[in-house]
Amino acid sequence: MRKMLAAVSRVLSGAAQKPASRVLVGSRNFANDATFEIKKCDLHRLEEGPPVTTVLTREDGLRYYRMMQTVRRMELKADQLYKQKIIRGFCHLCDGQEACCVGMEAGINPTDHLITAYRAHGFTFTRGLSVREILAELTGRRGGCAKGKGGSMHMYAKNFYGGNGIVGAQGQIFEAYNMAALWKLPCIFICENNRYGMGTSVERAAASTDYYKRGDFIPGMRVDGMDVLCVREATKFAAAHCRAGKGPILMELQTYRYHGHSMSDPGVSYRTREEIQEVRSKSDPIMLLKDRMVNSNLASVEELKEIDVEVRKEIEDAAQFATADPEPPLEELGYHIYSNEPPFEVRGANQWIKFKSIS
Amino acid sequence: MGFAGIAVGAAMAGLRPICEFMTFNFSMQAIDQVINSAAKTYYMSGGLQNVPIVFRGPNGASAGVAAQHSQCFAAWYGHCPGLKVVSPWNAEDAKGLIKSAIRDNNPVVMLENELMYGVAFEFPQEAQSKDFLIPIGKAKIERQGTHITVVAHSRPVGHCVEAAAVLAKEGIECEVINMRTIRPMDIETIEASVMKTNHLVTVEGGWPQFGVGAEICARIMEGPAFNFLDAPAVRVTGTDVPMPYAKILEDNCVPQVKDIIFAIKKTLNI
Repeated sequence: MRKMLAAVSRVLSGAAQKPASRVLVGSRNFANDATFEIKKCDLHRLEEGPPVTTVLTREDGLRYYRMMQTVRRMELKADQLYKQKIIRGFCHLCDGQEACCVGMEAGINPTDHLITAYRAHGFTFTRGLSVREILAELTGRRGGCAKGKGGSMHMYAKNFYGGNGIVGAQGQIFEAYNMAALWKLPCIFICENNRYGMGTSVERAAASTDYYKRGDFIPGMRVDGMDVLCVREATKFAAAHCRAGKGPILMELQTYRYHGHSMSDPGVSYRTREEIQEVRSKSDPIMLLKDRMVNSNLASVEELKEIDVEVRKEIEDAAQFATADPEPPLEELGYHIYSNEPPFEVRGANQWIKFKSIS
Repeated sequence: MGFAGIAVGAAMAGLRPICEFMTFNFSMQAIDQVINSAAKTYYMSGGLQNVPIVFRGPNGASAGVAAQHSQCFAAWYGHCPGLKVVSPWNAEDAKGLIKSAIRDNNPVVMLENELMYGVAFEFPQEAQSKDFLIPIGKAKIERQGTHITVVAHSRPVGHCVEAAAVLAKEGIECEVINMRTIRPMDIETIEASVMKTNHLVTVEGGWPQFGVGAEICARIMEGPAFNFLDAPAVRVTGTDVPMPYAKILEDNCVPQVKDIIFAIKKTLNI
């Protein structure tokens, strides 16, 4: 029944695209909230897990939709700018994985601390930075969140510690698991399992692909990372676990990235286009949320389309800014080497070239 | 750390592995294996256990890859007894040095350069042989000159050759030395050149403090060439900051041809 409703809704929304007078969404009566079933999480060393139903309010739903759509459009814009060579160096996009960053943020507080690896643009946004600051950082301009000095992998915000480029030392995580468990640190370890490490499938790289079990003595959950509500509930559950003083916990989010590992990787030499297309048509996180909201009268198709239009505009404006903003001033090349330090001189390419360094 | 350790173990057991780092920035995660497990072992075992391993990969700045992916490790690895460290510039260097590195019974770090992978060079006839070797520990004079010695390794060698061509038009003849090996350093070739030209400029991509150029200057002072210097030696290096991302800043953090020309003229008091 639900599938039929979804199909009917898709057909109807197709018809509604024909140019006509604007529908006055304000006059419609929407439900305030709706209850949804979400996938049960596989559990490791946990008696019980997150709930299998959740209530989504109209307000939250619209907000998650807007956030995911913003991340999606922002990443696609970054793809475009990279191909135009306005963004250089590394660029690791997270389109497909929007439910992870948005769902996680919905399950934690802004005062909680978050750190991640290089696929960080989505988190940078959900942690509070504007699309403008993010795109301007990608284009290396002074309006960027790191003043143009960091680039794609080195974006920071309050309670967000980047964006980190050097990963792949497997031993470190096990050391971290050990200490977190010994000292009962309130830490959620999250694996965004998008099935591939660069170009290597998890089956070829990992002796055990049950990542949620690999904390061993640390309890873990395997979560549907394409469903923003599932991610939200799991995150809330994990956060409550930590805040109750029970120590660390692990979350494996099963998700998917549409792009290759980075913009240097077409992403089709180690997986098929059919696989990518299948995920896009069956499990796209934005589509899943949209269908749920439309089918339970939390929002109308037109309303969501309006959001799409607003998001597109926001991204366009941000891209304009990111392309037009000037590069950082050369005089500031030496700034921010040390914190809380009196000014000193920085040596340039030879002993006669000097830059000033202030904190 | 994992695969580097597996490679070192394989070398100890009698194989001749080549351990490739995506870039040497990632080797920092595995550096204990390179230094403590590979470099020091022959010494610590009193000559019993050698480690015939090659660590190779791109080193130094690339284009727009920012702070964590642009570091030069020449000084870091060049610092360690027990390691040999080579740094090819052109295609001939790359081929001859990797072969010598593999055939060497000691741990060799080969610092390649990502931006040089795509540059084509004339390949001399003898380099086409499968036994073409470039000896580790021997520098090459890429261009003869009489007025000043310019020493570099890796990509900057090309910048020095360019600078020399520009200066030749003004009647300044630079002798350009391609180090090829960082450790053991061929200081004799540099000394002989300085004793001829009386002036020295060193060029590298890495940071100035405790760098390759600093070592060259110190050794020159300790040897016969010091008395032949008509001016203090000058170093051209990367700028002393973590590599910024923005293009205008990055361009000012790697030594350019103009910086080399400036340093040469300053040294010659022109």
